[in-house]
Amino acid sequence: MTDPVVRDSGERAPLYRPRVSRLWWLHRRSYRLFVLRELSSVFVAWFVVFLLLFLRAVGQDDAAYQRFLDWAANPFVIALNVVALAFVLLHAVTWFNLAPQAMVVRLRGRRIPPRMIMLSQYAAWVAVSAVVAWLLVGR
Amino acid sequence: MADRITLEVTRYQPELSTTPEIESYEVPLRPEWTVLDGLNYIKDQHDGTLSYRWSCRMGICGSCGMSVNGDPKLTCGTFLSGYAPGPIRVAPLANFPVIRDLIVDISDFLRKLVQVTPWISRPDERPISEREYLQTPAEMEEYQQFSMCINCMLCYSACPIYALEPEFIGPAAIALAQRYNLDSRDAGAHLRLDVLNTPEGVWACTFVGECTTACPKDVDPAAAIQRYKLTAAMESVKGFLLPRGAR
Repeated sequence: MTDPVVRDSGERAPLYRPRVSRLWWLHRRSYRLFVLRELSSVFVAWFVVFLLLFLRAVGQDDAAYQRFLDWAANPFVIALNVVALAFVLLHAVTWFNLAPQAMVVRLRGRRIPPRMIMLSQYAAWVAVSAVVAWLLVGR
Repeated sequence: MADRITLEVTRYQPELSTTPEIESYEVPLRPEWTVLDGLNYIKDQHDGTLSYRWSCRMGICGSCGMSVNGDPKLTCGTFLSGYAPGPIRVAPLANFPVIRDLIVDISDFLRKLVQVTPWISRPDERPISEREYLQTPAEMEEYQQFSMCINCMLCYSACPIYALEPEFIGPAAIALAQRYNLDSRDAGAHLRLDVLNTPEGVWACTFVGECTTACPKDVDPAAAIQRYKLTAAMESVKGFLLPRGAR
């Protein structure tokens, strides 16, 4: 049986196929933001590497820890970490904003409003940050 | 307000040229006129060879989708006055091959649409005399949003993933798959899983979200895709952990 929808086009004039520019992502603000969001994952990975290096230094001796601190105080590393922090914040905020679209949460048969899902993530972020701040400063 | 506005229309006439060219036309700028009215005026008054699709003029047939100043739009619902003083660039929907002028080849979409079994699939089809499948309002609400799709393909035109990876099944087809997956009368989710739980299915989507922005019927295909990613991931885990009979 032939496909009911797609018929052979037979003899017809050539189609014009537009090409996608390499710089397609510059054409719209939303595309630029999307590409930045995708790029942010590289900086998230960088923070993981930074944390692992830190843990390794702590696990060795005082000299290794001191070497890590000196290296981390290098202006280049500080600049990199400032940029990475900006990207990680972008990553977190865009993730929180998109999550309600991806999740449908029901409580007693009623759908929780998307805004509540978003706000609950921010609330959790604030709570975790408060605990970390208390561990670092409060004790 | 000026009484005329210029439409810069992309024309592709394969018998004359191998590449599209832009032609400018002046049309009356009336508050109640849409871009489609402007194109109809051009066809009536300037050049009868201008080719484009349209039918209902009320945003339900889904055939008049075009790129208006770079944005995918239903031209019957896009008013000239919103772009005054102009000019307004009218081009065929992006990401599709062009047949002529503003008409694109939609056969790729139609091929993908049938792949996702976009109909109610049941193993126990009842005879017509007793075929009434009842549904509560709550059950209907589950899928109603995704059933509003009019197959206008604006979401494909907005999607950079579809532009870069033409094998991607795409937003509307996945949203329609979800429309049937979430329908209490349907039992064909496993058929759709095989098509959607693939690199060309939901996993090609990187959640740009432009499909939802472009959608004229508030279907939110991006939400349909992300929700299905969760379903597909759960099914994969179940397939891995559970014996065949328990799935």
